[in-house]
Amino acid sequence: MASLKDRARTAGSSLYDWVELRLGLLKPLTETATHPTPENSASWLYVFGSAASVLLVLQIVTGILLALAYSPSANEAWNSLAQLNHVIPLGWYLRALHGWGSDFMIAIVLLHMVQVFLFGSYKFPREMTWIVGVGLLLLTLGMAFTGQVMRFDQDAYWGLGIGASISSHVPIVGPYLVHMLLGGPIIGGATLARFFTLHVFVIPGILLGGVGLHVWMVLRHGVSDWPMPGRIVSRSTYQKQYHELTASTGIPFVPDAAWKDGVFAAALLLAVMACAFFFGPFGPGGAPDPTIIQTAPKPDFAFLWIYALLAFLPPSIETPVLLVAPVIGIAGLLVLPLFAGEGERHWSRRPIAVLLVSVIAVTLGIFTHLGTYTPWSPVMSAWTSAPIPAKLLANRTPLQRQGALVLQDKQCRNCHAIAGSGGQRGPALDMIASRMTEDQIIRQVLQGGGNMPAYGNALSPSETKALMQFLMTLRSNDLPPAIDSSTKLTHPGESQTTQPTPAQKNP
Amino acid sequence: MSEDQTNPTPPSHNAPPGEIAAAAKAAAHTRRAFLFKLSLAMNAAVGAFLAVPLIGYLLGPAMKKPSETGAWIPLGKLSDFPVGETRLAEFRSPVASFNDGDTAKAACWVRRISEDKLQVFAINCAHLGCPVRWFAQSKLFLCPCHGGAYYEDGRRASGPPERGLFEYRTALVGDSLLIHSGDMPTFTTEAVNKPKPLIQIAPASSADEAKAASLSTNVATPAARSNEWPA
Repeated sequence: MASLKDRARTAGSSLYDWVELRLGLLKPLTETATHPTPENSASWLYVFGSAASVLLVLQIVTGILLALAYSPSANEAWNSLAQLNHVIPLGWYLRALHGWGSDFMIAIVLLHMVQVFLFGSYKFPREMTWIVGVGLLLLTLGMAFTGQVMRFDQDAYWGLGIGASISSHVPIVGPYLVHMLLGGPIIGGATLARFFTLHVFVIPGILLGGVGLHVWMVLRHGVSDWPMPGRIVSRSTYQKQYHELTASTGIPFVPDAAWKDGVFAAALLLAVMACAFFFGPFGPGGAPDPTIIQTAPKPDFAFLWIYALLAFLPPSIETPVLLVAPVIGIAGLLVLPLFAGEGERHWSRRPIAVLLVSVIAVTLGIFTHLGTYTPWSPVMSAWTSAPIPAKLLANRTPLQRQGALVLQDKQCRNCHAIAGSGGQRGPALDMIASRMTEDQIIRQVLQGGGNMPAYGNALSPSETKALMQFLMTLRSNDLPPAIDSSTKLTHPGESQTTQPTPAQKNP
Repeated sequence: MSEDQTNPTPPSHNAPPGEIAAAAKAAAHTRRAFLFKLSLAMNAAVGAFLAVPLIGYLLGPAMKKPSETGAWIPLGKLSDFPVGETRLAEFRSPVASFNDGDTAKAACWVRRISEDKLQVFAINCAHLGCPVRWFAQSKLFLCPCHGGAYYEDGRRASGPPERGLFEYRTALVGDSLLIHSGDMPTFTTEAVNKPKPLIQIAPASSADEAKAASLSTNVATPAARSNEWPA
């Protein structure tokens, strides 16, 4: 008499046979999961691709759950987010998971790309895997941008305005593009509806199809082997060598290699959950009311570097750079495996690749960092909120103090810092009298120039006089006042035409 | 011999039966292949017929010319805007839809130069559309995004913008200040602010048209104003 265990095993096996006879998928899937992969590809650096898919699943699940409460209408979107944050139980957590998941996903997709690039894994026969991957990166960024619009707040509203403004610069079709982007003449219900359609139907659909293709090609060509210096990829020999390597050192992907993917995915999900729990959801910021102008719109983290770049491009080259550079960049990524499909894979033999990654990473890092504190933006409230330190006013003449008032009242502080507070658009004024003579400052203030507007029409002669009196006191005691060195040559008989008032001793 | 050249014998009577069947199959195959190609062609035609209206629907928003949208709307009483001051005015966009919520609102800066001279600036920075703020003391508009600055007459003062602030067409009807608003002003959709007849309904006669045109051009044009501030 068969034991209970044997009976259960027989029953399980016959159920498997019943299903498999009809479905025909269980055996091939098992074979796929356990296919042999080179032992050296079972690495902690090979986990980013699977991690990105895990995050994609998280985004889909949380996205569907958010759609239960979100209202994609310009009337209601912002309120429905507030309701998710404050009324619906755990709504805040779902929003936080989705928001943090998005940031993590971009980071992981970029890491995956850098790893594949530095390891030369995009070379033959995996060129198309890379090309589809570039598409997946762009779709991921598309999800991030459209997702930022879903959070229908001030940043989303003005971010759409920035998108429309950039589109409007496209030659010939500019105005039509703006209308296509906005779904009408203004940012409104139609705009949110089409970004919702993109975010929820169009891009995820293409993204899932692309991931399917990407994974299919990974399975077809196998996980790339660990690169070795001097092991050259050649179209004529690579596949034979790869198969020999797999035959001699192959280990089943599941479980021998996949456990690292599993551990990393779990750690990553835990990290997303921790960020979501401790830092909470992103926004929404102020209501998307364009008549509320007390706002300093800013894009989400992934696009801060573009925001920063837009502050530094000179007007004359801004349009060409904005319209041409992305095309060149994306085209370069797409054709990379076509002209570098063979040769060395190891990073130690590919200095240009390493240099490229370093330069791009540092550049993106710097621009993103600048984007976090926007030194180019005037600090709109500095003229009323950042007083002049008392020590700069001590022992000053009434006219000098009047000048300090003029400095505050004319909003100079919005762009010029004193004692570390105020805008950073222009130079800090703490030591201005040691760098510029009175004549030079007067010319600069009244006529403007460089990045400064002309104040000739906003300052009366008496205000200018007072302002100069104060500005000329701004140098520390151990620095001499600036002198115009050309004066000696042009007026040999005279001394400095305008002697700066000596800075008085600080108390 | 010559008959064979002009009239080649078909796979006929004296061929073995298997060959006849194969030939018949081949004949039938070419017929089916042709029919399949025909079905493809039919689907291509029907598909195109189906696609044209779908694409038309999709491209709908892009089909309207910016200059065709918009309408004249009142901003308020002229007395609300003191001479010599620049004030924020709010209005509801005349092209807004029922589901636009708060985004149907719009704001603009009204600068009253003299009794009958006005400038109305779009709030959108000419660089990338962020809302500019007016600072009366320094007589500057400043943009919070990338630091674009404009003088009180809308000219570019500094920063990344490559032009001055966008201006709305204005009109005075009695004591009421009207502007013409349509597209959100951007670098190229700004065309909506170009001269247009004040009357929206097509004029019945050419005399009406001339009257409408004169009404809209009574107000100082931006070109006329640009001289007023010495560069």
